[in-house]
Amino acid sequence: MPKRMTKTQLANTHRKNRERDRRTVELIQATAKDVHEHIQKRSKPDLKFPVRALSNVTYSTKRGYFEIGKQKKVRTLTVNTVKTFAQTLRMMSLSKELVETNDFATKRDAYYQSKNWGAAMFQDQTESDTVMDDIEALFSVNAINREQLRFVPDEHGGAVAGELVVFDTDLETGAIEKIDCTRFGSGAYSIPTSVEQLSFETKAKFILAIETGGMFQRLQSHKFWKKASCILVSMSGVPTRATRRFIRRLSESARIPVYAFVDCDPYGISNIYRTLKVGSGNAAHINQFFCVPQAQFLGVTPQDIVDYKLPTHPLKEVDIKRARDALKNDPFFRQHRPWQKALQMLLKMGVRAEQQALAKWGLNYVMEEYLPNKLKNVRAFLP
Amino acid sequence: MTREPASGAEAQLEVPFSGRVEAGTRKAKRGGAKTGRRSEPGNDRPAARKRRRRKGPAKRGQHADVAESMASKQREISVSEFFAKNRHLLGFDNPAKALLTTVKEAVDNALDACEEAGILPEVLVRVEQLAEDRFRMIVEDNGPGIVHAQVPKIFGKLLYGSKFHTLKQSRGQQGIGISAAGMYGLLTTGKPVEIISRAGPRRAANHFHVVINTKKNLPQTLVDAEVEWEKPHGTQVAITLQGTYKKGRHSIDGYLKQVVVANPHATIIYEPPNGDKAGERIVYERTTDQAPREPREIRPHPHGVELGVFLKMLQGTSARTVRSFLQEEFSRVGNKVVQNLLQETESAGLRLTPRTPPRRISAEDAEVLHSALGRIKIMAPSTDCLSPIGEDLLVKALEKRVTADFYTAATRPPAVYRGNPFQIEVGLAYGGGMPGDTLIELYRYANRVPLQYQRGACAMTKATVELPWRNYKISQSRGALPAAPMVLAINIASVWVPFTSESKEAVAHYPEILHEIRLALQECGRRLAVHISRRRREADEEKKHSYIQKYIPHIGIALQEILGLSDRQRERTVDTLTDVLERSRKM
Ligand SMILES: Nc1ncnc2c1ncn2[C@@H]1O[C@H](COP(=O)(O)OP(=O)(O)O)[C@@H](O)[C@H]1O
Ligand SMILES: [Mg+2]
Repeated sequence: MPKRMTKTQLANTHRKNRERDRRTVELIQATAKDVHEHIQKRSKPDLKFPVRALSNVTYSTKRGYFEIGKQKKVRTLTVNTVKTFAQTLRMMSLSKELVETNDFATKRDAYYQSKNWGAAMFQDQTESDTVMDDIEALFSVNAINREQLRFVPDEHGGAVAGELVVFDTDLETGAIEKIDCTRFGSGAYSIPTSVEQLSFETKAKFILAIETGGMFQRLQSHKFWKKASCILVSMSGVPTRATRRFIRRLSESARIPVYAFVDCDPYGISNIYRTLKVGSGNAAHINQFFCVPQAQFLGVTPQDIVDYKLPTHPLKEVDIKRARDALKNDPFFRQHRPWQKALQMLLKMGVRAEQQALAKWGLNYVMEEYLPNKLKNVRAFLP
Repeated sequence: MTREPASGAEAQLEVPFSGRVEAGTRKAKRGGAKTGRRSEPGNDRPAARKRRRRKGPAKRGQHADVAESMASKQREISVSEFFAKNRHLLGFDNPAKALLTTVKEAVDNALDACEEAGILPEVLVRVEQLAEDRFRMIVEDNGPGIVHAQVPKIFGKLLYGSKFHTLKQSRGQQGIGISAAGMYGLLTTGKPVEIISRAGPRRAANHFHVVINTKKNLPQTLVDAEVEWEKPHGTQVAITLQGTYKKGRHSIDGYLKQVVVANPHATIIYEPPNGDKAGERIVYERTTDQAPREPREIRPHPHGVELGVFLKMLQGTSARTVRSFLQEEFSRVGNKVVQNLLQETESAGLRLTPRTPPRRISAEDAEVLHSALGRIKIMAPSTDCLSPIGEDLLVKALEKRVTADFYTAATRPPAVYRGNPFQIEVGLAYGGGMPGDTLIELYRYANRVPLQYQRGACAMTKATVELPWRNYKISQSRGALPAAPMVLAINIASVWVPFTSESKEAVAHYPEILHEIRLALQECGRRLAVHISRRRREADEEKKHSYIQKYIPHIGIALQEILGLSDRQRERTVDTLTDVLERSRKM
């Protein structure tokens, strides 16, 4: 069991949270002040948003994720933009209020909040989502993310099990709550929509990020985390922002590696794993917070299909297209020779295999043979 | 006041009809009528052959007998008998169309007669429903009236009229309209045409019941009596017929609405059938007291005369020499033209002198002469035979009948197709309360008569569809009428409007006509585009104002909330920003 958090550690957590909130408010105020000063000088204020388009995205080898480029879109306050401008400022004001009252709002909440804004209210949620995305992009330049602006996603994160204690803050009382992830029986801890306020304590050696709920359930029920001294995280397909941010913060704070365990098919590789590791191209402005560049690919690899004689399905048309596209256009895969070889091998075999295909050798084969085998040679993991 | 109204009587004549129909093809004709096709002798031959074959082939030696028995059945068919069997040719294809056509023929005649007499028309149209499918329509005018002796022939004889023998712009032409309607009424209900007519205040009004003897194309008068009538002059026609009363595009209501747009000098009063809108009276007051210019009668232009007509003119002329024949019977022929023509015929191998008597010219030579006429340059026909509505009146009429924001009209200068002068005009009404995303309403007119059917076949539709309306800021999908809140009225004025068929429903696609329609549409389109741009600019300005009013206060509120401004600071910010934006022209 992890040792208790000391008083100083607790105080530190509080202080860090307060510090972060203060910076957020300062940035909102700086932006508003700039607008106000322009008006006083009788010139038209503007807001500069990083361009959110693939053309303004580069893959940074140094940082290991997709990064947003330097292109800025300037929105000057004119008659045509006055409505969105007003809405953007009111949304920023809402964010400030949320930080100051230690509250949060989902996209849907924010949309309904605007119903108090009279003429400036949003007609439907896509409008408010766009404004929120704009603000997120605006502040991402200053390393402030949406959760820090207290706008949280509607979907919560995946499930967690293992030797981990999570410290959360009670929104009402401000008290620190301690969550022991070994004590959920056959259930699991569910990652909250916003993970910024969490801090962690663990002695685990690595995080295992698992594609399917079925595989997670098997490993959790048989307490694989105990045997392997690890933390299990279920991604259920492409990981949500909260899941990615959770894995990222956990792995950074505990200084432990992340291993991905997904199906061996172009979707598992180029969508799930790639998004986990380097983020996605069309949300590059937030990748700095949400990707997990330290993640490595445990399996199932194309070579595993051969080595473990796994039952397979033929690749579908979309699979082939996706794999070819990754080879040809995706800067991440183009950067890594081993991945090119692996994808080419997959295409040549023309088949795919699910992680649960290991059950061919017995239901617990995955825990008793496959994973221990693979973990013996971590250096061989795909990048 | 008016001219002595009865002067038209001597002009009312029988119209020659050369289309004798042989009895042998009669059955086949009926087949054609049943399918509603335009009947051409060739059309039904296969069917006729089949029918004959079913009876079995005639045996050798029996041919003579068959010929004899056929001979006993062969006889002349009168024009009325022919049209009675082929009523679709005249627009009586179905009950709904028959009722509208009947009203239309009577209204056309009323307006024609008033125009000729220089009277501002006031026409009453009443439709009474007698039974499910039986109607009585009454059209009464304040025209010159019809002299007593002429009434039976006009209403009881096909091809009898005053307009065929003159080249003059008018609504009717062949002398077939009202008598055909009367014949249709008789055939479907057995009722005679009832007429009251008075040819001037000093003459008595006469009341007639006339039926047509279809076999002989001759009138039969059942009633002929003097009556009291409050009108000093005018005509009332009543026809009882089988029909259907319809609403919508092909309705009588719709038809009259279109009539008044193209005839702003006419007052039309409409009493729809009882039960539909009981006791209702729709009054379309005239828009102007200015009667249309009386169109001049003209002689045919050499380029517009077909060979058959040319031959007949040669035979019928009283001129003693070719020169006087050409100069008297045609327009735009002077000495110079005669000279050129004879040179032209000579180079085609035919020697004629100006003094050659017309009767000496053989049919073959006449053909050479006719084709030479087509090749030489002749001055375009004079155009005072045309009487267009005019831009001002067309705009006024649209303003009165169509609720819109913008009106314009373009009357083209006269042009010529195949020797026939014609003139195109377009009126346009845009905006207002009309629905915006549906296709425009296209009113088509030939000599101010609305064309209700066969829209797709008409040159006016073709020219409208082919115009790139997007250039004029109007949306349009490929090959369709534009979609806009718009009424478009197109009129062709001509002595001889080229229709695609006898029922006079669509204008034929002559390149000259299409070209003129296009030019008129473009002229209106350009003005419309200017209007639309101005409107958009105004709307933008307005939007700008309201935007500023609406949203700037919210910028004030947000800044106050974020920066903790005082109310005064907030107000000042809002005022400054409002001022800055109002001053900037950029949207
Ligand atoms: N309401 C009327 N008033 C005076 N004359 C009329 C009237 N209706 C018809 N006529 C005369 O009867 C003639 C025949 O009419 P109609 O059969 O409709 O043929 P069209 O109009 O083609 O000449 C006309 O040419 C005109 O001289
Ligand atoms: Mg007529």
